Amino acid sequence: MDAIMLQEKLVERLLCPRVRTARQKEKQYVGFATLPNQVHRKSVKKGFDFTLMVAGESGMGKSTLVNSLFLTDLYKDRKLLNAEERINQTVEIIKHTVDIEEKGVKLKLTIVDTPGFGDAVNNNDWKPITDYIDQQFEQYFRDESGLNRKNIQDNRVHCCLYFIPPFGHGLRPVDVEFMKALHEKVNIIPLIAKADCLTPTEIKKLKDRIREEIDKFGIKVYQFPECDSDEDEEFKQLDKELKANWGQNNNPSLCVQECTPFAVIGSNTVVEARGQRVRGRLYPWGIVEVENQSHCDFVKLRNMLIRSHMHDLKDVTCDVHYENYRAQCIQEMTRFVSLCEKESDEEKSKLAQDNRMESPIPILPLSTPDADTEKLIKMKDEE
Amino acid sequence: MRVCSQTSPAYGACSSAPDEMVEVISATLEGFVSTSALLFSLSPKDNTFGFGQQAQFAAFSHKPICVLLMLSDISLQVCGPSWLSQAGLGGCIHLKNEEKRNLSLGGHVGFDSLPDQLVSKSVTQGFCFNILCVGETGIGKSTLMNTLFNTMFENEEASHYQNGVYLRPRTYDLQESNVHLKLTIVDTVGFGDQINKEDSYKPIVDYIDTQFENYLQEELKIKRSLFNYHDTRIHICLYFIAPTGHSLKSLDLVTMKKLDSKVNIIPIIAKADTISKSELHKFKIKIMSELVSNGVQIYQFPTDDEAVSEINASMNAHLPFAVVGSVEEVKVGNKTVRARQYPWGVVQVENESHCDFVKLREMLIRVNMEDLREQTHARHYELYRRCKLEEMGFKDTDPDSQPFSLQETYEAKRKEFLGDLQRKEEEMRQMFVNKVKETEAELKEKERELHEKFEQLKRMHQDEKRKVEEKRRELEDEMNAFNRKKVACETLSSQPLKKDKDKKKSVKTENQSGVSASSSKVMMAKASVEPLNCQSWWQAIQCCTCLVHNAAWKPEGGVF
Repeated sequence: MDAIMLQEKLVERLLCPRVRTARQKEKQYVGFATLPNQVHRKSVKKGFDFTLMVAGESGMGKSTLVNSLFLTDLYKDRKLLNAEERINQTVEIIKHTVDIEEKGVKLKLTIVDTPGFGDAVNNNDWKPITDYIDQQFEQYFRDESGLNRKNIQDNRVHCCLYFIPPFGHGLRPVDVEFMKALHEKVNIIPLIAKADCLTPTEIKKLKDRIREEIDKFGIKVYQFPECDSDEDEEFKQLDKELKANWGQNNNPSLCVQECTPFAVIGSNTVVEARGQRVRGRLYPWGIVEVENQSHCDFVKLRNMLIRSHMHDLKDVTCDVHYENYRAQCIQEMTRFVSLCEKESDEEKSKLAQDNRMESPIPILPLSTPDADTEKLIKMKDEE
Repeated sequence: MRVCSQTSPAYGACSSAPDEMVEVISATLEGFVSTSALLFSLSPKDNTFGFGQQAQFAAFSHKPICVLLMLSDISLQVCGPSWLSQAGLGGCIHLKNEEKRNLSLGGHVGFDSLPDQLVSKSVTQGFCFNILCVGETGIGKSTLMNTLFNTMFENEEASHYQNGVYLRPRTYDLQESNVHLKLTIVDTVGFGDQINKEDSYKPIVDYIDTQFENYLQEELKIKRSLFNYHDTRIHICLYFIAPTGHSLKSLDLVTMKKLDSKVNIIPIIAKADTISKSELHKFKIKIMSELVSNGVQIYQFPTDDEAVSEINASMNAHLPFAVVGSVEEVKVGNKTVRARQYPWGVVQVENESHCDFVKLREMLIRVNMEDLREQTHARHYELYRRCKLEEMGFKDTDPDSQPFSLQETYEAKRKEFLGDLQRKEEEMRQMFVNKVKETEAELKEKERELHEKFEQLKRMHQDEKRKVEEKRRELEDEMNAFNRKKVACETLSSQPLKKDKDKKKSVKTENQSGVSASSSKVMMAKASVEPLNCQSWWQAIQCCTCLVHNAAWKPEGGVF
């Protein structure tokens, strides 16, 4: 009896208030209900990482939006190119990494920027972007298949925010082509940029048009998963808000699909509105508040991206995109190996010899690991 | 030629006697002016020139005359040149205003109605204005046109998926308080949508050039009607810049560079309700500096006319205009204005502090429309025309820097062209002749070959025939020989062996070959052996064989 009571006390100490109430009454108590809290503790200790890619033409407000999302200034002192310099511009990849912390939770945030996209007069080349994503997958694949897997850095791109200009009537050919090139490799979230140039009716029309065109061209953008019933109340509330349409029809039963693509506005400046200091844009005819739900979908985007679905994005990247890449890679290797085998078979049948070598894991046609990692491996082995 | 600044005293007296006047003047001027030209100065005494004076000048037409016009009256200026050409006087006219004298009028003459006459004529004729709108799909070109002219031009939305850029001109007839305007709006469809935009500017440049070309063709016609020609040359190009807030796009820069020498460009920042005031200021400065540093010439509002120079100068500083277009009406206060309604406020199109739409309308339509048309004609069209004619080989001056007239150049070109034609004709004829010769030679060759073959075949045929003949003769000989042998054999065989006719018959029938049968018969005949009681020839031969072994008898013919 004492042992059980001791056990109960221990459990109570370990548990967070929310689980305690549900479980207090039970006598035959095992205790694995503390698992979520253990996970919570460990993950807080380990820290999180997230890689976000932003893509879109110059001047769409990508940097401003990122600053607004994470409430920091990532883009100090950046130099913008002139029009003449951009005539033959190629796409570059620039990474910004920041460590931010909130309530003890550490996040290593990497923003992958793609300056030069859509700037040149002839824009048929975004190979640098797809190559970058593939490289990250390849790096992870190599690490995963390696011998020492303790310190794997996950640099895979978890989400790509694609900025669609609001000045057109829908998707343009360059948008369609780009999204089709990437939809199998990364989670794409399309956004309507600079939404303060569209009235509510225009926004709705544009959203409908874009969703239609996405269906028509078969582009697979990231779909928000529905809420499970045993999530806690807070999460459910957020989800409901997420699913509410903005504007006049505040109908929570409408699914979140009706809101995509999100129409966002970003701002680097803080203005005074209705007696409060808010992030917004000051116009002669009014003030646009970035965090006002009836002005734009920024709050929805932030909630979705950061507060509720960040981990889901990572999971989809791991489980779907990375696995696809890995399977493809392995298939190609085995095909390569079997081709070699076929050739060698033909030769050997003439010589009437058979010394085929079969390798259980396909040999990656990669460069040899550096001297440093080899040293490290040796050291660890000695330990 | 030197200029004589004295009025000849003889003039006044000789106004009615032209011939005398010539002599008088040449006498006075003999000393210091070459007689290659007469200087004739018209005194401003006569304020108006009627047709009477013309006759006088006609009398001098046999001498090259340089006429010095004293520009003191506007009336002189107006009727000067055409009147001179009517009188048949060629040569050049030097207009010198050293001796301009301003006179005050004694009363109201009435030529101050000239501008009004001009105006009423233009009003009856109607005005014509062509606008080209260049910008990405969906940037607001059609909406701005609707807003500017306060009507709804019917326009369906363009799609983003055009293969190339093409231009869509639409002509409308508008009327405002008895002034008719034939407005043509040319839209660029598909601009900026393709992935490869290197050739996007070409259709636009081609369209502008085509309009110039049409006008040039009309001008060069023999029977032309310029006064009621529907002028489709583009007077103004509104270039719509996307409001990114950073700078121009590379496509914009490339296109404007190609267009600036062909058409008046006014750059406009479209959908300007997405840029805040401070950003707008920076954006405008950036755009203008980029245009200047790349040498793009945009249209400057003219500041030489005092009436509008001030407003034009101030407007020049506001380029590019940041505009917002809307055809929807919103109630603001107690008025209904054209505006865009947002959740955070209402953007009024005609509010100067909200956007520059009013400035654009002022500049484009109310103040400078006529100037735009003039600039198009005087600058852009003339440039095009000069380039085109130079391309065709026309020059203003000879290599000797003597002025060339169009006619002479034309004659020269024509001769050249005809010469070219003739040469080409000669060449073609030569070629034709050569070809004919070649073909003839070929045909002859072939004929010869055929003949040869024929000969050959004939010979072969004859050979064959001879051979056949020979063979036939041989055969006949053989046959004859055979027949003779046969006869000989028959005669021989028919004598001794009458008893064994049957047997021989059977033997004969059994031995079918003629020669061997005959020799066996001969054998049997020569053997003169008693006929054996053999049933068959085999037995007979065997018996013969024994007999042969016993008898010393040589067979004939060596059959054994």
